[in-house]
Amino acid sequence: MRSVIPILTVVAAILVVWYGASVWMNSQWTLDQAARNNQTVTFSQILTDTMAQKRPKLPAPHQVAEGLWQGVFGQAITSKRSLVYHAWVTLSATLLGFAIGTGLGVLLAVGIVHNRAMDMSVMPWAIASQTIPILAIAPMVIVVMASVGITGLLPKSIISAYLSFFPVVVGMVKGFRSPDGMQLDLLKTYSASRSQTFWKLRFPASMPYFFTSLKIAAAAALVGAIVGEMPTGAVAGLGARLLSGSYYGQTVMIWAALFMAAIVAAVLVGAIGALQAVTLRRMGMRQ
Amino acid sequence: MIWIVSVLVFWAAAWAVNIRLSNGRWAKSRAVGLIVPALFGLTLLVVWEGLVRGLNVPLVILPPPTEIAVKIAGSLPILWVDFVQTFIKGALSGYVIGCAAAVIVAILVDRSPFLQRGLLPVGNFVAALPIVGTAPILVMWFGFDWQSKAAVVVVMVFFPVLVNTVEGLAASEKMQRDLMATYSASYWQSLWKLRLPAAMPFVFNGLKIATTLALIGAIVAEFFGSPVKGMGFRISTEVGRMGLDMVWAEITVAALAGSAFYGIVAMIERAVTFWHPSQRARG
Repeated sequence: MRSVIPILTVVAAILVVWYGASVWMNSQWTLDQAARNNQTVTFSQILTDTMAQKRPKLPAPHQVAEGLWQGVFGQAITSKRSLVYHAWVTLSATLLGFAIGTGLGVLLAVGIVHNRAMDMSVMPWAIASQTIPILAIAPMVIVVMASVGITGLLPKSIISAYLSFFPVVVGMVKGFRSPDGMQLDLLKTYSASRSQTFWKLRFPASMPYFFTSLKIAAAAALVGAIVGEMPTGAVAGLGARLLSGSYYGQTVMIWAALFMAAIVAAVLVGAIGALQAVTLRRMGMRQ
Repeated sequence: MIWIVSVLVFWAAAWAVNIRLSNGRWAKSRAVGLIVPALFGLTLLVVWEGLVRGLNVPLVILPPPTEIAVKIAGSLPILWVDFVQTFIKGALSGYVIGCAAAVIVAILVDRSPFLQRGLLPVGNFVAALPIVGTAPILVMWFGFDWQSKAAVVVVMVFFPVLVNTVEGLAASEKMQRDLMATYSASYWQSLWKLRLPAAMPFVFNGLKIATTLALIGAIVAEFFGSPVKGMGFRISTEVGRMGLDMVWAEITVAALAGSAFYGIVAMIERAVTFWHPSQRARG
């Protein structure tokens, strides 16, 4: 609780800087317009004009808020202009890809923990793959899958799945290995089988790691879905919204879509965090 | 048919060798630790090559590795121009500016616990957002050339490095800080001699995360407009022309550049934080 005031201060400072920047960046246009009409403008005129331009270089925060409000509440949610609709298109691809990626990631981690050969051959590649800009393959995946006749949700989900896969593998391997030698020895004295050791010790012990990697994976999956919408001229989704905004110079639209994406990311990560808190408390693992 | 059968045979043989090696007497040795993953990677390439040739997969869906290698060897000048445009000009300059700015801001913030408490949650929050989305805006502001790509990279790497540095500056122990106080060290002395060195493992953690982000930012920003060179530009146009071997060539270059970049930062980390337990354990 004691950090609420500092956070609000920082946010307020960001807003002040933002307003200042939008006056500064948009004033050029105002001055040009005035010069063309042979008028001189006073500072207060610049101030009011920069707050309400139609295509500002940097929209003022309240313009973005209005665009966001219009997009979310001003339309029927099935309308093509509704941000809820676009967010849902992106979110559904994100969630599908997230589920696929997480599922496969956990499975591979189980394999790695139980099979030395797999550990030694796959793990270095899983770690190395995190240093590779995987997102670069997004346009290719979309186009190649379209050429075999797969379009819509699935290609985007595959990018999301691919991005969320490796963080989960690396995190879960760490998690399954987190029980220390004493605990493993104890189960050995109980003559526990490998599957018993897994379900009663390794799996519960991996839960904190599981949720941490889920958070990373969710954020990565969302980025994957958004970027997956960009290169193909998709018509729906937050990525498509960003792209058409940038084609037509509709800056308010870009910013509104960007904030919508931020909200979706925050909701996703927040939901996982809440689930984590509840689960760990029920398991008696709360730090 | 012959392709598929030989692929399966090769796969089975490689797998058997790997199981042998990893359960054998020399499993802990360094050589085996390198051979096993290398063999696995080689197997993947062979399976890829064999399946593509055996099943007659058309070039526009998936070119075999040998074709990609030929393409790379044949278009080195183009790849080099793209590499310079995207990596050296876009990613590297943005990385340096962004990381330097983040470290400086972290040191400035460090003097005020109030700002720290406010900035950390905000920074953590922003670090989880899809920041690549700012690419169209920054391309609008800074134009099509590498400056806008560097700007995207700056925004992307700033927050992870900031959060890690702020955390790192709090990492020195109370005893150590007390010792500095008994020496009557000034704020800057204790910062320079104790707290910055103690923060280095955290800082490098952020710097390593940022290497990948920098390349991603530079490549994705080029999807929104760029001069007629650059890795992201080449990928998106060649995809449109179904020149998939060129796309894979660029991806190979990107992967190599990404790993090398990460490796270099990791090497610098080893030299700077040689005292840290995680580095000592290996030697």
